[in-house]
Amino acid sequence: MMAPTARVATATKDVLLNRQRRSRRRRLPLTTVAALTWLGALFTFALLQPTLPLPSPTAQNLLARLTPPWGFGGSITHLLGTDHLGRDLLARILAGTRISVSLALLGMLISALLGTSLGIVAGYRRGVFDQVVGFLIDFWLAVPFIAIAFVALTLFGTGMTVLIPLLGLSGWEQYARVTRANTMRVRQELYVLAAHGLGAHPARIVFQHVLPNQVAPLLVMATLHLTSLILLESSLSFLGIGVQPPTPSLGNLLGEARNYLQIAWWFPFFPGMTLILLTLAFNELGDWLRDVTDPAIRGRR
Amino acid sequence: MLRYTATRMIRAVLTIWLAVTAVFVGLRLSGDPAQALLGPEASSEAVHALRQAWGLDDPIALQYARYLWQIAHGDFGRSLRERRPATKVVHERLPATLQLGLTALGVATVLGITLGTLAAFHAGRLTDRIIVALAALGQGTPNFVLGLLLILVFAYYLRIVPTGGREQPTSLILPAVTLASFSTASLTRYTRSAVLEVLRADYVRTAYAKGLPFFRVLLDHIARNSALTLITVLGLQLAVAIAGAVITETIFAWPGIGRLLADAAELRDFPVVQYGVFLIVVSVVSVNLLTDLAYGLLDPRIREG
Repeated sequence: MMAPTARVATATKDVLLNRQRRSRRRRLPLTTVAALTWLGALFTFALLQPTLPLPSPTAQNLLARLTPPWGFGGSITHLLGTDHLGRDLLARILAGTRISVSLALLGMLISALLGTSLGIVAGYRRGVFDQVVGFLIDFWLAVPFIAIAFVALTLFGTGMTVLIPLLGLSGWEQYARVTRANTMRVRQELYVLAAHGLGAHPARIVFQHVLPNQVAPLLVMATLHLTSLILLESSLSFLGIGVQPPTPSLGNLLGEARNYLQIAWWFPFFPGMTLILLTLAFNELGDWLRDVTDPAIRGRR
Repeated sequence: MLRYTATRMIRAVLTIWLAVTAVFVGLRLSGDPAQALLGPEASSEAVHALRQAWGLDDPIALQYARYLWQIAHGDFGRSLRERRPATKVVHERLPATLQLGLTALGVATVLGITLGTLAAFHAGRLTDRIIVALAALGQGTPNFVLGLLLILVFAYYLRIVPTGGREQPTSLILPAVTLASFSTASLTRYTRSAVLEVLRADYVRTAYAKGLPFFRVLLDHIARNSALTLITVLGLQLAVAIAGAVITETIFAWPGIGRLLADAAELRDFPVVQYGVFLIVVSVVSVNLLTDLAYGLLDPRIREG
């Protein structure tokens, strides 16, 4: 038994630690607040875009082609100006954001599901399956994804039925690598061995013990993965092999704007800024999540 | 070291073989390879003739063996658009890509290592904060947005460089800056943390304590120990640079492989895409192999482990 003074000391330390932890949680860094606010506002408007009093993102008006934004010689009807077909740029940016972010979310979910299941099964079962998964991870890491994307898009053509699986296959290896290593570690823990000894089904062990142990790293990875998916989708759409017009995405807006750089600066500027701020905000959010959830780096930054 | 080298080389060859096989499988899965090779507009007679000529009605194992045989002999088919061997079409574009890629990689390496080291030595101070913020901006800015903004400012408003092409020596500036931005940013971040790590190490404190001058410590202790991390990161930059090169070359009408591949993918010119991708995979795998070997050479713990 512990001496009373030692017990008091431990208790005090616990209270202090708890208080420290709570205050750390309460005080968000200013950049994170800014990122969250921006993402919240952007997503709200992007989701509400069909109900907002804006022109339709696909409604052409050839008389109002390349109208400058409001305050630069344009009118308030087209706040951010219009594109080469007279479509409202603000409406197109909001609709494009909705499509780009939805595609990224979908790709992230597929990737995470695929990578996590493969990683957990490989780490839990080991053996031949683990070796195959390990080799596939190495292979996926060694081949630049753009190469895989080019071959797939050339063979199967462009369109959502190719684009979505493609996005879903980019980055599964990160999830698989981390969950595999984590599962191998957790599997050796005493409580898992005990559960196993009591005759618990592997599925039960996975959902009760293995999975909850990796929620934090998975969450961080998913947030940072969203950035790279948004960039991948917009790069492909920019090149004309991603989301096909007239459906707007942040990438193909910029691809269309490329031909009007000289006469309409707003056309590339606003979609470009939206994209930069979007990726910066997701990166900031991911970094913050990592700092909060990883005790090893906590307080180092 | 021999054993280590051998396993690494076998892995590299396996990776290339798997990539080639995946393309073969993809080609079969996509429906009729003859149709894919000739393009969607080909007549049914032409498709039939190609099926015969290629032996597409042979057993799949035989077809696979023949496919590997052709690739081993450098036969990647003829470009559908230009009616010339795909290898020729791609090779013509190599010099432009190498020029752009090597310039960008050089800029990124010099700038990234300098800025990263500078930031680490001033950790927490204003210099550090500015460099870290710039690096975050560089990593968060997609290179096609950066490229368009650079054209807007430097080519259209200031008119000091051309908007694209490869005719003048100044044409290289904007594409190189665009391509280098992301790698510079990530190299800066990695250098910063690698140097910070080493600076905290006991042997650096000891080196200072025994009175070694700053530059001795920098070269003998800090640079040597940070080099391990940096070699890995530099190797990884190649894959990033390839994806970036496709975009950058397209924006600046730079006549390199990246732009060729993007065009070929859009027009579904399969032989050209196949050979371009093959070259990319081979070069990335080779660089990874060299990185691994350099790593093993620098750190005995890795080759023994």
